[in-house]
Amino acid sequence: MGGPEVWAVSGHWTLQHVVGRFTTMEQHIAAAAATARSWDLSGIEAIDAAGAVLLWRGWGHRRPGGLLLRPEHEGVFSALAAAPLALPKAARPGRLTRPWRTLLAAADHAIAATQLLGQLALDLLVWLRHPGQVGWREVSANLYRAGAQSLPITGLVGFLVGLTLAFLTARQLKTFGADVFVVNILGISVWRELGPMLAAILIAGRSGSSMTAQLGVMRVTQELDALSVMGISHTARLVLPKVVALAVALPLVTVWTCAAMLAGGMLAAKTQLGMDPWQFLLALPAAVPVSNVALGLGKAAGFGALVALVACHFGLRVRPDTESLAAGTTAAVVSSITAVIMLDAMVAVMFSDLGLG
Amino acid sequence: MTGRPAIQVSGLRTVMAGNVVHDGLSLTVLEGETLALIGGSGSGKTTLLRLMLGLMTPQTGEVRVLGQALGACAKRDLERVRHRRGVLFQGGALFSALPVFGNVALPLREMGGLPKEAVREMVMFALSAVGIGAEHANKMPAELSGGMVKRVALARALVLGPSLLFLDEPTAGLDPDSSKAFVRLIREVRRTMSLTIVMVTHDVDMLCALADRVAVLAERRVVALAPLPEVVRLEHPFVRSFFHGHQARCAEDSLRQYRQSLQEDLLHAG
Repeated sequence: MGGPEVWAVSGHWTLQHVVGRFTTMEQHIAAAAATARSWDLSGIEAIDAAGAVLLWRGWGHRRPGGLLLRPEHEGVFSALAAAPLALPKAARPGRLTRPWRTLLAAADHAIAATQLLGQLALDLLVWLRHPGQVGWREVSANLYRAGAQSLPITGLVGFLVGLTLAFLTARQLKTFGADVFVVNILGISVWRELGPMLAAILIAGRSGSSMTAQLGVMRVTQELDALSVMGISHTARLVLPKVVALAVALPLVTVWTCAAMLAGGMLAAKTQLGMDPWQFLLALPAAVPVSNVALGLGKAAGFGALVALVACHFGLRVRPDTESLAAGTTAAVVSSITAVIMLDAMVAVMFSDLGLG
Repeated sequence: MTGRPAIQVSGLRTVMAGNVVHDGLSLTVLEGETLALIGGSGSGKTTLLRLMLGLMTPQTGEVRVLGQALGACAKRDLERVRHRRGVLFQGGALFSALPVFGNVALPLREMGGLPKEAVREMVMFALSAVGIGAEHANKMPAELSGGMVKRVALARALVLGPSLLFLDEPTAGLDPDSSKAFVRLIREVRRTMSLTIVMVTHDVDMLCALADRVAVLAERRVVALAPLPEVVRLEHPFVRSFFHGHQARCAEDSLRQYRQSLQEDLLHAG
């Protein structure tokens, strides 16, 4: 201790050479710095941020006295001395407490959704008055994507659910000798509740998510801005065709889903109760008053519009980053399914006297 | 320049969607040099860059980066190549879900083996080196201007201390001042870090200030590979229209003067 010590540093001070032993090297440098009178860094061949920060930390975040440097490395250390190395604290998201923020966010959603709905109503009026402006191509493309392309999955799921349902009820009914009522139970529940609901949930997962993602990506890639600049309305060109297409497609998909469920039911009735499929079909009109079908299909149209509306609402609110896109898509699917079930409950209460003889 | 090859591309043939982009293309980038790729739009500059990065594989031919044949070397060697190169994508390609700090810190955190405090200091140093103040470190990429996105992306490309830097249109979309500052930044970085740089550019200022050699891509291959003053004299329709009006400043003497003046600028600024 005490003697004039010159520490010579040489070689490669780059990340590849210091990674993995950063801490030990830092300790060595710090120990050396305690006794060093001067540092000779002219032997350093290459230095990058890692090497420079390593030396800097060893020196205790200041430039040591008697530092000898190659001229091309001078800039690194003078920049390091001037650079603010502390990370400022991230701005806190406002002073409001959490419940208030949630409430404000909910109010924001409600306002935006109302605006969207109002704008859509105005656009729809324009369409009705000027049928030439209707975006038939967009409507038909959405009809195909959300309707025709979803037939395999809705058919399969419907068939399996119908089969399971009939299987379980047939067992119970058999113990009471009330075999024939399987047609009533299945017919009413499928046409009135299960068919529209199943179709709506599947379409919300399938088409609702893709609508949100599409609008969200259009925000990220500035396509929405490009449309605005051209004076093309987002709601009239992008949202309304989707809403109309789903309001048309979902009742049609519901008919198909109900048919698949009843087919599954017939199969179960045949195997469990020995009921002939013809017998099942012939008993169906008498067991299910036609108002149930009308109610089911009417609900399906409402569900379709609702799913598209919720999906587009969240899609238009996506901010231009991937995180927001992911959150928006999740929120759209969860909210649209919840909204469908809430609407269904309301309709069930409102029409409790209809078609149940 | 040491004369050793950093990148060797040989006998490359690339077909994209039925179009032949490269046919029999060969190119060698020497260690320590700055090579500029120029060519008309659709001449396959960016595709060549993607091939050098291993983001695409050619139909035939070989791409060797730092001595390793991409697609044919061991996984560990490829890993080493990855850590020794930095890329500045045309649009920056910042991760939109991470703040500025997180973007630059990501490669360091992925690498592991560094204490948290050191990572923070390295990131802040890398940011200040590209002229991004500490007050921007917590911003999200969507809140940044175009020039700042490029600078943050450069900081991310350089934070691993690469020996190979790829720049895809580094000054595209920047105003003249920012673009001059960017050129100065890269000159400075090149001086301290002994970098090999491959850049795709349309910016004659950038070529004059940085390029040691220029490779001209046309007719699906490299039609010329030479220092800028020689390339300018070339009788090729693309080269003639590209340097139209710039011939004089790309001559040896004026080029030397120009670079000298940049050097002095740098010393004064430093």
